[in-house]
Amino acid sequence: MATATGLHGQDKQMTNGELGLIILAVATTFGSVYVAAKAYTPEYAFHAWVLAAASLATVFGVANRYFNRPAEMPQQVIDGKPNYNYGPVKFATLISLFWGVAGFLVGLIIALQLAFPELNFDLPWISFGRLRPLHTSAVIFAFGGNVLLASSFYVVQRTCRARLAGDLAPWFVVLGYNLFIVIAGTGYLLGITQSKEYAEPEWYADLWLTIVWVVYLLVYLATVIKREEPHLYVANWFYLAFIVTIAVLHLVNNASIPISIFSSKSYIAWSGVQDAMVQWWYGHNAVGFFLTAGFLAIMYYFVPKRAQRPVYSYRLSIIHFWALIFMYIWAGPHHLHYTALPDWAQTLGMTFSIMLWMPSWGGMINGLMTLSGAWDKLRTDPVLRMLVVSVAFYGMSTFEGPLMSIKVVNSLSHYTDWTIGHVHSGALGWVGFVSFGAIYCLVPWLWNKRELYSLKLVNWHFWISTIGIVVYITSMWVAGILQGLMWRAYTSLGYLEYSFIETVDAMHPFYIIRAIGGGLFLAGTLVMVYNIYKTIVTPEPALEQAGSPALVPAE
Amino acid sequence: MSLWQKHAIFEKNSIILLIGVLIVISFGGLVEILPLFYLKSTIEKVDGVRPYTPLELAGRNIYVREGCYVCHSQMIRALRDEVERYGHYSLAAESMYDHPFQWGSKRNGPDLARVGNKYSDDWQRQHLNNPRSVVPASIMPGYPWLARTELDISHLAEDMRVLALEGVPYTPEMITNAEQDARAQASDADAGDLTKRYAKALARNYGGDPTRLTEADALIAYLQLLGTQVDFKIYDDKANLR
Repeated sequence: MATATGLHGQDKQMTNGELGLIILAVATTFGSVYVAAKAYTPEYAFHAWVLAAASLATVFGVANRYFNRPAEMPQQVIDGKPNYNYGPVKFATLISLFWGVAGFLVGLIIALQLAFPELNFDLPWISFGRLRPLHTSAVIFAFGGNVLLASSFYVVQRTCRARLAGDLAPWFVVLGYNLFIVIAGTGYLLGITQSKEYAEPEWYADLWLTIVWVVYLLVYLATVIKREEPHLYVANWFYLAFIVTIAVLHLVNNASIPISIFSSKSYIAWSGVQDAMVQWWYGHNAVGFFLTAGFLAIMYYFVPKRAQRPVYSYRLSIIHFWALIFMYIWAGPHHLHYTALPDWAQTLGMTFSIMLWMPSWGGMINGLMTLSGAWDKLRTDPVLRMLVVSVAFYGMSTFEGPLMSIKVVNSLSHYTDWTIGHVHSGALGWVGFVSFGAIYCLVPWLWNKRELYSLKLVNWHFWISTIGIVVYITSMWVAGILQGLMWRAYTSLGYLEYSFIETVDAMHPFYIIRAIGGGLFLAGTLVMVYNIYKTIVTPEPALEQAGSPALVPAE
Repeated sequence: MSLWQKHAIFEKNSIILLIGVLIVISFGGLVEILPLFYLKSTIEKVDGVRPYTPLELAGRNIYVREGCYVCHSQMIRALRDEVERYGHYSLAAESMYDHPFQWGSKRNGPDLARVGNKYSDDWQRQHLNNPRSVVPASIMPGYPWLARTELDISHLAEDMRVLALEGVPYTPEMITNAEQDARAQASDADAGDLTKRYAKALARNYGGDPTRLTEADALIAYLQLLGTQVDFKIYDDKANLR
């Protein structure tokens, strides 16, 4: 054990965690350099160098932290109050904004590429096929994922009245997760992908995410287990379901064998129709558990907190929770209607998707009705308005989803931009707005500010982005339904009326309108970034000193 | 004690809650996924579907690398307009050697499940190089670098070994001859034993430049194969009613 003398003369001991992490990081550095040297492709070598650099940074980071920290570990409780650990929460909050802006920007670029294909510039790393996975991963996993990390690490501490478990572990989770994002994102640009939707990262990125995710679950569980509150608050049920289910989905859907440790290429164990079913079982539940269960946890904590009302119904939340997680997992086959997937599986998927409407709206009602007695706050508090509108969008897209899962409706909507519109009413309206609302709440709490820098700017953000969303989804509805109808249009002689390229041409104006909608959403987010930045850097106005009367000049 | 109070057991014991969640979420997957591996009716019995040749496999890997699936489906649904536009609806058997499947979910461009033999190699080359030179209203990105980039065939045997492990019927003979077969299929010269190993494999200079083996050779070989393996003149869909 390395020792050093602390400030108070006591021996400073390196913890097992510090020593172990340094040893692992040193080993990883050497391993990565070895792999980089023998890599089959320069792209894979680049990733090995990234991992080597990250490991080396870990060694220095942990050692530096050890030399600068006091001998004693942070206390669990100070003056009878839990000594909350906000460092990792702050980091994840800020970086989620960074990834959000990056992801929305890439979305805007690919929207413009569909309207003006010259914008692909004939370059491999910015062609649409590589940028679209970058967009989806950046918004879902980088933006959404960091919001979930930040909010879950905050909520679990506050609702359990316990300091986050582990010393280095929470930092390992947030930094490790973002390393995964960097490897995944740069990989797409370099052409490293499994081409499985929403599960594009290759085997080594998947392996790394698995390690990070297991540590995430352990930190979360260990914090829950040492809680001071006897009952686990409902938000924690949703976070827990989100964490374990995503682990199960990730492992099964990414079961692959790499051709060599020196190659980024792997082949997924499943094939054809089975792979399709596994993929959409995963894909739909990435929606159900990452983008729904996780963000419902945010709703269940932040809406009551901001409205200062208790959750509407405890019993409804129990039904909501179990019904939602039971039914969601069946819904995957609705992505495969009329395909080579056996009919029985399609019908099962459709049936559960329709039933899913009920728990979804149960949750929406629970969220909205939490405001009973506090509806007036919608007029005065734009943050609460953002949260409530997000729940309204949740209700809208969870009505639209079951509708689109009906086979005859799906025969029209599938493969068209209607799906893209549906996804974005959920992603921009629900996930985006509930995240923004949560961040607007979190930042003043974390940085000890009484309020945000400007509620007026929140108002601007709200309206710019709301108009952006409405423009986006309505243009995609029209585009999708139009294209679906054109594909199946027949002339009076019984021939198909339109060639495929005519239906592509008809999309052009809507692609431009969609890009305007996306641009507005991005603009609103930039307003938010400015507001958050000013909130953090503006010093608190000096407190009015009670008891000492202000000096008034003599008249 | 009412049922609602019994729920406290989940709220007070995180491990019980965790186990409860795991049980509740396992039903859907078990019921929908597992039977697909043993129900014989899942994949039709058809003649003609064979594993990809090394060159076609390399082409497929380029298709995967470039993310073609984000705009092109490879799944013709059993709907009248789709069958008339693209051809016979896709069979499960046609993608049984596809690791991963590439059915797609969005058609910014047309379905490609049966694009094989619809256009000439020359058209495909021009189209990849500059889509708007042959389809003026196309919104597809150009892929001019494919024809410029040398195809890396040095690891094809490793690819095939992994696929064999995962159930694709590649024989040791196919694996040993991977590089040789890839070269032979991309040239106009005698393809040797290629067709003995891979039934009806077509050998020709797909990429247009006989002096080089490029990524365009591989991708076009793959595209020209798509949907051509099953002979629907003799395919009996009644025999495969599910």
